[in-house]
Amino acid sequence: MVFERDGKSISVLEDINLDVSEGEFICLVGPSGAGKSTMLNVMGGFLSPTSGSITIDGETVHGPDPRRILVFQERGVFPWLTVEGNIGFGLSQLSSAERNQRIAHYVQMVRLQGFEQTYPSDLSGGMKQRLQVARALAVNPDILYLDEPFGALDSVTRLIMRGELLRIWQTERRTIIFVTHDIDEAVQLADRVVVLSSRPAKIEHVLAIDIPHPRNISAPRYLELRDELLSKIGLAYTV
Amino acid sequence: MTGNERAKRSRSSSLSIRLRPIAFIVALLVLWQIAVSLHPDQLLPGPLAVVKAIGELLQHGLLIKYVVASLFRVTWGFALAAILAIPLGLTIGWYRRGEMAFNPLVQIFRPISPLAWIPLAILWFGVGDLAAIFLIFVGCFFPLLLTAMSAVHNIPSVYIDVGRNFGLSTPQFIYRVLYPAVVPQLITGSRITMGIAWLVVVAAEMIAVNSGLGFLIIDARNAGNRYDLVIAGMVIIGLIGLLLDFGMRSLEQVESFRWSYSGD
Repeated sequence: MVFERDGKSISVLEDINLDVSEGEFICLVGPSGAGKSTMLNVMGGFLSPTSGSITIDGETVHGPDPRRILVFQERGVFPWLTVEGNIGFGLSQLSSAERNQRIAHYVQMVRLQGFEQTYPSDLSGGMKQRLQVARALAVNPDILYLDEPFGALDSVTRLIMRGELLRIWQTERRTIIFVTHDIDEAVQLADRVVVLSSRPAKIEHVLAIDIPHPRNISAPRYLELRDELLSKIGLAYTV
Repeated sequence: MTGNERAKRSRSSSLSIRLRPIAFIVALLVLWQIAVSLHPDQLLPGPLAVVKAIGELLQHGLLIKYVVASLFRVTWGFALAAILAIPLGLTIGWYRRGEMAFNPLVQIFRPISPLAWIPLAILWFGVGDLAAIFLIFVGCFFPLLLTAMSAVHNIPSVYIDVGRNFGLSTPQFIYRVLYPAVVPQLITGSRITMGIAWLVVVAAEMIAVNSGLGFLIIDARNAGNRYDLVIAGMVIIGLIGLLLDFGMRSLEQVESFRWSYSGD
């Protein structure tokens, strides 16, 4: 992936090859500015790759599609719609009965009962992110791309949100590709952690996290994997 | 103190806060009347004379007639400008190239006072409603165009990406993302522009027509130095301007628009 900026071309992603299986939870980590978000945008179809291609179920990605929804770090929910309106945003082709049922289901899943008629300006940061995830899930996507979705939250809320996301992932079984710069987050959530190098980003390492959920975050195996990942990132930081 | 007393006290204090601006205005009016009666050399008529003049206008049925005439021109001038400028501005703002092409032209026309168009307005439309409406149109067109252009610019790219992600068709995208994202800024811009329209109509009526509040002021002076009528006209203009602003502002209170004013 090459960007043109001020007449200079900047190579952001180089020689990226990654196979993701259905229902897998992948975390992308790497130094800031490496191109994690760019990679997500390319996979989501928001940017077309300068060379190479993204293939999902044998079909090449050309542009964004409701079968793969991108969840943003901030400002992702529409402030002019209520909680219900946001969750129902992608459901306009359904009958109103079906739509209401789907909305009620996901309101419950992300635990926003009682806030159906509330506008996002009256929700906390964590609630807004849950709302964004609910809106994404409501259209029944195959893949969720999450771009540092908990990055703007405080550390306690972040921890709670990880638990919520895992619970939702275990019931819904979508493929999730999750960008983060937080090593602990990656080890707590992912089936596999993909480590990117600094720009131009290459896949430096892929680490399988072979601990079943729920994960004990002070177990020796957890700490071992976390240290392994930290040393990988440490290598990535020393250019 | 019981809850009941406390409630009563807070109610009476909120009432006194609300009465404060009115009390201030009354005090100024009294001072004005005293000052005028101390210097009765007729440089400025007093508030009582102005009230009498307003009564006189009401009696002759002129007040309603002039107010309606002025509002009629403002409504048409503003509405025509909005119908043309807002869609044009949104379109230009959406396409960066369009903006690059249009912007210099807009920047040249924008600083020209709408009053500078008076000779051309009279040449093209003669003395009458059309000339006045044209002047208001010109006065509103550029502010509304710029408002619409910047409203599109200011849409956070996240909203546009989400709209694309959920597979909206172009009409759906316009109706469900573009329109709700720009409407609060359009309301604010329209509110300011409505103020401009109300300024322009008075000036236009002094020259281009023979009815309306602007005409009332210039006619009162020309036809016998009736300065009480001049000030009566000014007071009415001020009050109606206030009401127009109040009306536009109440749009900002609509719940689904309020997000952009609460600084989320």
